[in-house]
This record gives sequence, C-alpha cells and structure tokens, in this order.
Amino acid sequence: MSLSSAEVDKIAHLARIALNQADVPKYAENLSNILHLVEQMNLIDTSNILPMAHPMDMAARMRPDAVTETDQRALFQSIAPQVDVGLYLVPKVIE
Amino acid sequence: MHNKTLAQLSHALHAKEISSVELTQHFLNRISRFDEQLNSFITVTPERALEQARAADQRLQSGTAGFLTGIPLAQKDIFCTLGVKTSCGSKMLDNFISPYNATTVEKLDAAGMVMLGKTNMDEFAMGSSNETSFYGAVKNPWDLKAVPGGSSGGSAAAVAARLAPVATGTDTGGSIRQPAALCGITGIKPTYGRVSRYGMIAFASSLDQGGPMTRNAEDAAYLLKEMAGFDLRDSTSVDSPVPDYVASLNDSLEGLRIGLPKEFFSKDLNSEMAQTLETAIKELEKLGAIVKEVSLPNSHLAIPVYYVVAPAECSSNLSRFDGVRFGYRCENPKDLSDLYKRSRGEGFGSEVKRRIMIGTYALSAGYYDAYYLKAQQIRRLISEDYKKAFEEVDIIAAPTSPTPAFNLGEKTDDPVTMYLSDIYTIAVNLAGIPALSMPAGFINQRPVGLQLMGNYFSEAKLLNVAHRFQKETDWHLQTPNGF
Repeated sequence: MSLSSAEVDKIAHLARIALNQADVPKYAENLSNILHLVEQMNLIDTSNILPMAHPMDMAARMRPDAVTETDQRALFQSIAPQVDVGLYLVPKVIE
Repeated sequence: MHNKTLAQLSHALHAKEISSVELTQHFLNRISRFDEQLNSFITVTPERALEQARAADQRLQSGTAGFLTGIPLAQKDIFCTLGVKTSCGSKMLDNFISPYNATTVEKLDAAGMVMLGKTNMDEFAMGSSNETSFYGAVKNPWDLKAVPGGSSGGSAAAVAARLAPVATGTDTGGSIRQPAALCGITGIKPTYGRVSRYGMIAFASSLDQGGPMTRNAEDAAYLLKEMAGFDLRDSTSVDSPVPDYVASLNDSLEGLRIGLPKEFFSKDLNSEMAQTLETAIKELEKLGAIVKEVSLPNSHLAIPVYYVVAPAECSSNLSRFDGVRFGYRCENPKDLSDLYKRSRGEGFGSEVKRRIMIGTYALSAGYYDAYYLKAQQIRRLISEDYKKAFEEVDIIAAPTSPTPAFNLGEKTDDPVTMYLSDIYTIAVNLAGIPALSMPAGFINQRPVGLQLMGNYFSEAKLLNVAHRFQKETDWHLQTPNGF
C-alpha cells in the first residue's frame, strides 16, 4: 500500500495536524514504508481468531457510581493557554 | 559514594555515615559537572531535592525512615510531577507544569526518596535512540558518538554515568530494556498492570508499563517493590499482592529451565552478539539451569502488529493535545480548526506525527478490519506462542537488541530501520509479560544486554536469575570512563 500526497493530506486533516506542504512527499514515503512493513500481517490466516485487545483479557473494573473527584477547576485552568471567568477560550465557532 | 548500591546507600544513611542532604548534593554536583556532555536531564530540581533530603534526614533522625528514605533518584519526564515541568520530551508540553502527581511519583516521594530531576526521553516515548526528543539527543556515556537507546535513554545514561543511583523508565515496546542494554545497566518491564499507569503520560495504553532502571538486579528489586501495587486510579491496575522481590533474590537456580527461542538465535543474529550471549547463558548453566530450545513461531510478526496497535492507541491518546486546555497553543489561530491543526502541527515532532497519522489511517473507515482488527488477532497468536513456551520452560533468554549501541544519526533517515532495532523486545509488550535486560558483555567497548522473559507476575524469578548471574559476573560493575 503506497500513499499519495493527497491521501497524506486527508489523513493529516482527520488527525487535525497541519503539515508543511513541502514535507508531504517525505511523509507519504515514510508512511508508505511503514504500511509496507505492516502488510506482512496479510500472510497469516486469522479467520476464527479472537482479537486480543488487552494483554490479560481482563474485564473492566466497576466502581460505585459516586462522585470521587473534587473541584480543581482553578488549578487546572491556571495552566490553560487562555481562560476567562472559568471558561476555556477558543476562536469563535458560531457567528 | 556514587558507586554504592541501594542497600549500601541505605545502610550508610541509617548508620549516619552520610546525610541525605550530603548524598543529594553529591549527585546534584555530578549532574552539573557531567550532564552537559550527556543531556540526560530535561529538568534538574535542586530545591525540591534538597527540601526532600532535609525531610528524609529528619525521618532518619526520628527513626521513621524506610529502606529507601533519603536515596536520590531520577524520574523519567513522562511521570507527572506536581509543580514541576513534565514535558514528555515534547514541545507540546514544554510549558506544562503538572497539577498532580503520578502514582509512581507519589509512592516514591512517600517512601522518602529524593527526586533529582526529570530525565530526557524520546518525544512521547516514541523512539529507540532518544533522538526524537525536543530537548536534543542524549549521548551514551560509554561512547559519546553513540545513542543511549530509547525511549528511556536519559534515565539509562544517568544511571550508567552514576548521575543518579536509580531511575524510573517506561516500556511500550522495549523502552526500558533496550536503553538498559545499550547503556550497560539493568532494567525491568513488569507485567502489564503491575505498576500503576496513573499520571504516566499515555502512549499506547494496552502496552505501556513503568519500571525501574538500575545498576543491578538487587537495586531493581528494592525499587520495584516500592513502585508496584494496586491503584484504584488505573483501571487496568492488577489487584494482587506484591511479593517481596528482595527475599527471593538468592534462590537456587538448580533445575531452572531456560528456553532459547530458535527464531531469536538464528543465523540472522550477528555472530559477535550470539557469542557474547552464549557465554552469558553458559554462566547460568553453571549455576544449575537447564537450557533447551523453544519456538515462538509468530515472533516475526511482532513488529508489524506493534506498528498498528501502538500508533492506533497513540492517535487516540494524543488527541487530547489540542491547544485548548493545556500545553502548546499556536499564535493567532484564525478559527477552531486552525487552532487544533497548527497547535498539533507545530507542537509535535515528525516521529509523533507519523505515528498519529498511521494510527488515524489504520482506524479510519474501511481500513479498521484490515489493520487494527487483524493486528489484534495476530497479537493473540503471539501471546499464545509464549503461553505454550512457558509450559516447557520457566524463563526465556533472548538478545535485548540486535546490536550494541549504534551511532547518533545512523538510523534517523528511515523510520522503518529504527523500528527494527526493537525486534526482540516488542512481543513481550504485546503479550503483557515481564522481561528484564541485564549487562552480559561488551562488543567494541559498547555494552551488550541479555534479556530474560518470564510468565505473568514472574518478576521475582527474573530478578532472582539476574541477581545470581550478577554474583558470578562483573559486567554490571563496569563503569564508563570519564564519569
């Protein structure tokens, strides 16, 4: 599987990463090489094999549905790029 | 003082031969004297360290000190540390002062250990040479032209050069074991779930595991005992008691069955490496171990599987870095999409971007089954290989890396070449089993590591074998010149 520059642009958009246009062909080459490496998987028949998502096939632990966190908004917002009256600020989304 | 083991340091502190403040100052002095050459620390925290050392001295005076109280250590810069910059080797978090402590930091602080600073690492732990760090490459103390390995290269170099008695690392595909091998120290990746991942910045959540990086197995046993244990705040933490890793260090190896996977000791393994490892394995036989061949038939698929699973999980984990709540934000974003894209485009380095994009692609509509699902299926085959092998043997011995440390810049052009340096370490993470690397010789004055893998929760056995080996050999006592 080789990726074209246009495909790299599309993936970068899905990943919300701005790439310098000059770097796109290099990314296309690198990512194609990685996908080529990965394609060795296709030589293996995996029908009837249960996918393994967790190293020990462990079930997620449940906890009582109770509030355990304290309010640390001021602390967390002290390291935010831009806040005002307790809100995180971003460029206007809706005119 | 800097060549002493943890047990010797603890004894010296308890016997009042030295204070924690003096010991801490000694290591801080070594860092200022030598780290310019190595670049093993991103942040040194002398004030915090001396404050912890003074508190430790009080505990030592009042008789409330534990075994590790007053002993300095270095934390990999992936562990969130309250009030201290926690960068994960990335421009994205260059301005991130953590508002909380990782469980590992909390536990080692509570034990009275003294944090000297935060060590350099590959950006977001993605790399095998420490060259992807935003803060520049780390140099290998054995040869400043060589890489220290990665991603925990700063911790490995700092311990090897005696800038810290011990350090923490994390291992997603070999990031504790490979740098430990390349720098001539001992490092253990515990069973998945053994050490809490809370506050350890996530790369690939089903693979990441923290562990100790030390000069010998005994030190690793002391440190792991303190790091391991159940944590409610990590949903994959394992709720089972932590054995006394120190108590079993001297157990006999008589009759221990060691498997040598024929796929790892094939003609592809470089002959000097094969010879060095054979000599080390003979040493274990002298101690009573029995060696037999085993097979891990799917091991050649570990790298392809890993480069789907790890990027897929990283593309999800790293979506939190969006320039909104913390971390890097680009200048003058023109709209929300521009804010996300440029913050991430400017904040991440190229290896991180590559892995996020591979993961995004593998998880995107139409490709999920062919990549992610397929990889998870083969992951099971790889894990079952180990299950079968452990029916026949107690532990498995293998190379840690295909070669000793390579030169800086040697593998940076092609990511795939770099990925192949983890060929012997990755399957362990996919299976979730523990493994350690210990010094086993030198090739051209560069250290070689022997890897020991064990079944789930067999850390005590691995440390026992390494300790008995280290009582008979002196590879772990060698120190690089000039430090």
